[in-house]
Amino acid sequence: MIGEGTHSTNQRRHNYVQENVEVGFFTDPTVCIGCKACEVACKEWNEVPDDGFTWSGNSYDNTGHLGASTWRHVLFLEQDRQKGNQLVGSHSLGNGDGEDPFRWVFLSDVCKHCEEAGCLEACPTGSIVRTETGTVFVQDDVCNGCGYCVVSCPFGVIDRRPEPLPNAGGAFKCTFCYDRQKSGLVPACAKVCPTESIVFGRLDDLRARASKRVQQLKQNGYDDAQLYDPLETSVRGIHAFFLILGEPEAYGLPPKPQIPTIYLKSAWTSAFATAIASIIATLLAFAFFS
Amino acid sequence: MTTNSPSEKRLEELREQAWKESAVTGRGVDVAGGPIPRKPGYYGQAVVKPPVWTWQVPLYFFSGGIAGMSAVIASGAIIFDHIDLARTAMWLASIAGAILSPVLLIMDLGRPHLFLNMLRVFKHRSAMSMGAWILTAFGACAVPGLIAIELHAHQIFPGTLDQLLRVAAGIFVFAAAIFGTLLATYTGVLIGVTAIPAWFLHRTLLPIHFGTAGLGSAAAVLELLGHRMPALNFLGFYAAAVETALLIWLSVDKHDKADRAIHEHASGWLIRIGEVLNGPLALVLRLFGLIPLAAISFLIGALVSRFGWIAVGKVSGADPEAVFAAERY
Repeated sequence: MIGEGTHSTNQRRHNYVQENVEVGFFTDPTVCIGCKACEVACKEWNEVPDDGFTWSGNSYDNTGHLGASTWRHVLFLEQDRQKGNQLVGSHSLGNGDGEDPFRWVFLSDVCKHCEEAGCLEACPTGSIVRTETGTVFVQDDVCNGCGYCVVSCPFGVIDRRPEPLPNAGGAFKCTFCYDRQKSGLVPACAKVCPTESIVFGRLDDLRARASKRVQQLKQNGYDDAQLYDPLETSVRGIHAFFLILGEPEAYGLPPKPQIPTIYLKSAWTSAFATAIASIIATLLAFAFFS
Repeated sequence: MTTNSPSEKRLEELREQAWKESAVTGRGVDVAGGPIPRKPGYYGQAVVKPPVWTWQVPLYFFSGGIAGMSAVIASGAIIFDHIDLARTAMWLASIAGAILSPVLLIMDLGRPHLFLNMLRVFKHRSAMSMGAWILTAFGACAVPGLIAIELHAHQIFPGTLDQLLRVAAGIFVFAAAIFGTLLATYTGVLIGVTAIPAWFLHRTLLPIHFGTAGLGSAAAVLELLGHRMPALNFLGFYAAAVETALLIWLSVDKHDKADRAIHEHASGWLIRIGEVLNGPLALVLRLFGLIPLAAISFLIGALVSRFGWIAVGKVSGADPEAVFAAERY
């Protein structure tokens, strides 16, 4: 499954943009080694500015969260659970029976490139568009920094870049390396991933590969392995989907993400009702109290 | 040997905390060796992004509400032949709606020089796009309406031309009123249709609140400008009564952790203070005939609650538990 070398879709040239093929990322934490090569490659290729160096104290994660200047983010989870059929050490610091199940999970988080994207729907300038490969792309020269996409993303991915960083004021997020894809190249993060924890490829291939991987892991004792791909909610699936161990909440992923436009009907109904009530109240006021 | 010096006491405190909680928290010493997990979600990180909007946005909600509803009052005044009131109301609508509101909205953009990009596309599924078009349409009706009504009032042109101006004034003011009701209410849709739990859970209440606060504020400003009329007093009563009802709605319609930003924190206090000022307090003051005080109370309340709702968004968006809890609703 892993280590396909030069045969891997991560290392091959492709024509997905020209052929309008839906692409995706499948990210698998069980083979991630937490090297952060994806973070570095992303920053270097896309010339994303550094946004400060802070000591978080949260395991090996000093990146924090996705944002305007962080388009890949490796999560470091420390959980008191066993990882697959691994041997559990026993030592004096454990629970009553002397065992101390512990697992360290790494997962490279990224913009999900939703099938129904909240940011894209919210954008009033038409800056955010859907590309030929089904990914969501922000045209920086069009964005005027209104900030509405920021509160419309159910995953908290896109953000407005603050002063004094370069190109401040605009909204930024993962581009899915659209520029590289147009030239037949693989996104920078997938290209550098040494264990193919991040796999780039055709969306349908990846979905098949992912469900096979989940089965394989379950056979190996990873009982809580599952896919995070909200196909059943109004987001209708994501192009960058994940295999996760345990509950999505622990990864800061919403269990049931919804695109905010599902609230449009009730909100506008209320607005129109208020508009009509205000007109009636005003007419009554002048008719009876003049 | 122990001493009572502050530094020794601090060490005793740390030992106490370590003994009781089996971990000592602090910057940089948060995880290693501690029981896991102690914070909700991923190290307590926000799941959705809180709004980046600053003070200009709540102030815009306030000025847009006044502007839009002023045009509604101006229309009523024209129909029932209160031309002086209609003129003041249209000045208010034009200054607040065609100057103040666009300036505030542009100031809040990350790239103000690109504000015209708002009019590149028309997206009915984006409340921000609709708002930009509503504000533009409102300004394009309110300003000509004001010019026509003023020219007519001063009888600048003779005979037929004056009659034409009268008709034009009517058309522009009525059109401004229609766009005005949308200008005052769409802001509730704008923040109600987002991923912020405390906002989208109250998407029905928000347009009612923003629109009615706009109507009451417009009436209050006109009263403070010297138009003491029973009609405006009635609108003051109406708005304060609706706001009182909304205060009750908000305190009954609780969603536990999902919208705790409304009931806890400083943001919750802002909402409550605002709603009391423009709800029950304005109502009582008006019942006692203290019209100027009631008007001032309503205006301050309407302004404070707009800031409160943005503050609620910042608190609620940064709260991972609110996002997880809201998915049940």
